[in-house]
Amino acid sequence: MNLLARLRLRGGVHPDGRKELSAEAPICALPLPERLYVSLQQHIGAPANPAVAVGDHVRKGQLIGTRVGMVSAPVHAPTSGRVIAIGDYAAPHPSGLPVPTITIESDGDDRWLDFETPADPMALAPEDIAARVDAAGIVGLGGAAFPSAVKLNLSRGSGVTTLIMNGGECEPFLTCDDRLMRDRAGEVVAGILLIQRAVGAPVVLVGIEDNKPEAIAAMRAAAAGTGVEVRAIPSMYPMGSEKQLIQALIGKEVPAGGRAADIGVLVHNVGTAFAVHQALSLGRPLVSRIVTVSGGAIGVPRNLEAPIGAPAEALFDYCGGFLDTPARLVMGGPMMGQELTDPRVPLIKGTSGLLALTHKEIGQPSPAPCIRCSTCVRACPIGLLPLEMAARIRAGDLAAAVDLGLKDCIACGSCSYACPAHIPLVHYFNYAKGDLAAKERAKLKQEATRKLADARNERMERIAREREEAARQRAARKAAQDAAKKAAAEAAKAGTQETETA
Amino acid sequence: MNMPAHSPHAHAPVSVGKVMATVMVALIPATLYGFWLYGWPAVFLWATTILSALLGEALMVRLQGRAAGRAVMDGSAALTAWLLALSLPPFAPWWIAVVGALFAVVVVKQVFGGLGQNVFNPAMAARVMLLISFPLEMTQWTAPIPLTAEHAPGFMAGLAITFGAGAGGDAMASATLLGHAKTELSRGIDLLHSLPGQFQSTDAVWGYRAGSLGESAAVFILIGGLYLIARRVIPWQAPLALLLGVALPALIAHAIDPARFLGVLPHLLSGGLMLAAFFIVTDPVTSPNTGAGQFVFGLGCGLLTWVIRSFGGYPEGIAFAVLLMNAATPVIDRYVKPRIYGRTRQGAPLPAKEG
Repeated sequence: MNLLARLRLRGGVHPDGRKELSAEAPICALPLPERLYVSLQQHIGAPANPAVAVGDHVRKGQLIGTRVGMVSAPVHAPTSGRVIAIGDYAAPHPSGLPVPTITIESDGDDRWLDFETPADPMALAPEDIAARVDAAGIVGLGGAAFPSAVKLNLSRGSGVTTLIMNGGECEPFLTCDDRLMRDRAGEVVAGILLIQRAVGAPVVLVGIEDNKPEAIAAMRAAAAGTGVEVRAIPSMYPMGSEKQLIQALIGKEVPAGGRAADIGVLVHNVGTAFAVHQALSLGRPLVSRIVTVSGGAIGVPRNLEAPIGAPAEALFDYCGGFLDTPARLVMGGPMMGQELTDPRVPLIKGTSGLLALTHKEIGQPSPAPCIRCSTCVRACPIGLLPLEMAARIRAGDLAAAVDLGLKDCIACGSCSYACPAHIPLVHYFNYAKGDLAAKERAKLKQEATRKLADARNERMERIAREREEAARQRAARKAAQDAAKKAAAEAAKAGTQETETA
Repeated sequence: MNMPAHSPHAHAPVSVGKVMATVMVALIPATLYGFWLYGWPAVFLWATTILSALLGEALMVRLQGRAAGRAVMDGSAALTAWLLALSLPPFAPWWIAVVGALFAVVVVKQVFGGLGQNVFNPAMAARVMLLISFPLEMTQWTAPIPLTAEHAPGFMAGLAITFGAGAGGDAMASATLLGHAKTELSRGIDLLHSLPGQFQSTDAVWGYRAGSLGESAAVFILIGGLYLIARRVIPWQAPLALLLGVALPALIAHAIDPARFLGVLPHLLSGGLMLAAFFIVTDPVTSPNTGAGQFVFGLGCGLLTWVIRSFGGYPEGIAFAVLLMNAATPVIDRYVKPRIYGRTRQGAPLPAKEG
């Protein structure tokens, strides 16, 4: 099985896993910080609307931000306390710009709201499950943070045949999914079964990289007799990427430009399954998550269960602080995570890791010229030619880069990782994608402007035409009247003549 | 505010310099064997070639207003010169080495834009230039005179051969196997008669015969090449395809007319074939990007080599073949591309599931 899966896959790299730093540390709870900074933009889609006012007292799990629009997710209070501010606060966004945030001062009681829970969540209708997942504010916990209920609802309509649970965790350093599967396998499997019921998939596969034998064993034990099949997959980056995981497990490829649902597949992260279980069995919305705090500069690497909104520095401090000044702080994994420029940035639902890396771990000398060694071609899991695309982008020829497959790039960073000349390849690609998106937006805007202008011209022409028409009609009417008058006059004249002759 | 660093925040412990160094390590056995076989003149020629290349590289980089240190330290110029030195007649005069090395580094590489930008393989282009410009010096081969042999030139005599008057007439009387076969064929003497005294396979395998450093040490070149493939520094497609490209036509032609065409083993072990297979056609800069493209490239080099050797005016054709295929590399890269995930070979998205 493993060999077969390996043969199906292309490319990929084997970065130093560094999981041993935190893999043996069981999940422990972060002591409650005094203040929590709950971002209203924690997911892909529109930010939530604040549902509380400054000064309000909230209970843990209480709705504090409501969903806006179709693709969005609500936000809940991660602890009990008082709302002390609603406004912009530092956020883990690459722009470095602050986002709307609700600040809660903890009252120390951490008292949950009272929830009514269904007697048997498995007896709920699929739509009800999705609705509850939606209400609980659950988003994809693998990192993308796409609202889970949206995925469930889309899939229910399109007929999913295979539900794939992503336990790959291919990013180096991260062990939060590993620990979750080891320590809470029962809840994870219960959550998986709920998701299965919500989408009606007959087959459920759990893919776990074979460098996590304990997690595989724990999940197999928990899944025994449920019909959920746990499979070991080769340890290779980016195995946890949706496209690669699907290919490794069922040998199918997601069509370019399409979604996994196009081939009857739905992929969810194991952490999401745990959150679904919490939401449906205990009624608890998503207000905390497991975060791996690791890196060579961290005193005691740990896997923490931390409330959403906890400042990153609180987690670092609880893990023994820094041994050394870290060369770089990263939120997420080292391959696709983003640099944390401000340690006050709060945890969001998609935060899987907080890393304090040393220079040695980053290992990034300044770029040298490309020697066309094609290491990047061999590393690309998609089958692209990174060196050629980068050369086109550098020359400003984005169209040529698109022809070479730029839009198929998943930005996994394997090429940049492997490049012996240390060329920031994926940086080029993300830049080009951003530029293309901006151009696309500008084009749409231009088109909209043109349409409006056209409509205006048309309107003006129509008005002018109508005026002309009216003038013509008036003229015609006048002419007709004149003609009638004239005819009448003539007739009158003729009449007089007739009478004269008569 | 500082721009955040872009992911990935981890990088493989590799560098261009390390790649070049690994290739040089793979060349050491063959080079040392060549030194032993041809003595001090070979050592001086090798050193002169490398030194000239480094000076040429430093000068060019300085003219471009960049720091010379980093460019020289990446090892690319040294490696080019090393490969060129292995393809020269061991007793060639010093100025052959200097002119060749400077041509390779300055004209073929730096003028085209420096590291990674050259269209043609610098070592092979320099060799072809030397062969055409100085046919006499480039075709005077010497029979092996191992350092341990009694009449081997000593340190001073070696200096004289490389930098002074050159070797005496006797030492230079030898011809390479391919050269001998071509000359005799042109005189109307077929291979069945001309070859037996020349090519004893065991000697040929161990390289105890006239030729360049790289030709004589074919077996050591092979060992170095296999090491590089095992270390994944070079791909296997281009070397294998090159050897096949020469061996297959040789096998067929030799079976049809052994008096006219050389057999497989003399072809594979002669000339610069082994050196080219593992160190020249594997040059990343001037070869295609993909494994399949590299196979096409190697096969083309092999077939052209066999054609030039068998029908051309020169006894050896590998350098010409490589340059011709270098020119074809952009075309190969244009047509041989990997299939993209989720797309057909033609680039259309794969069909979604039925219904």
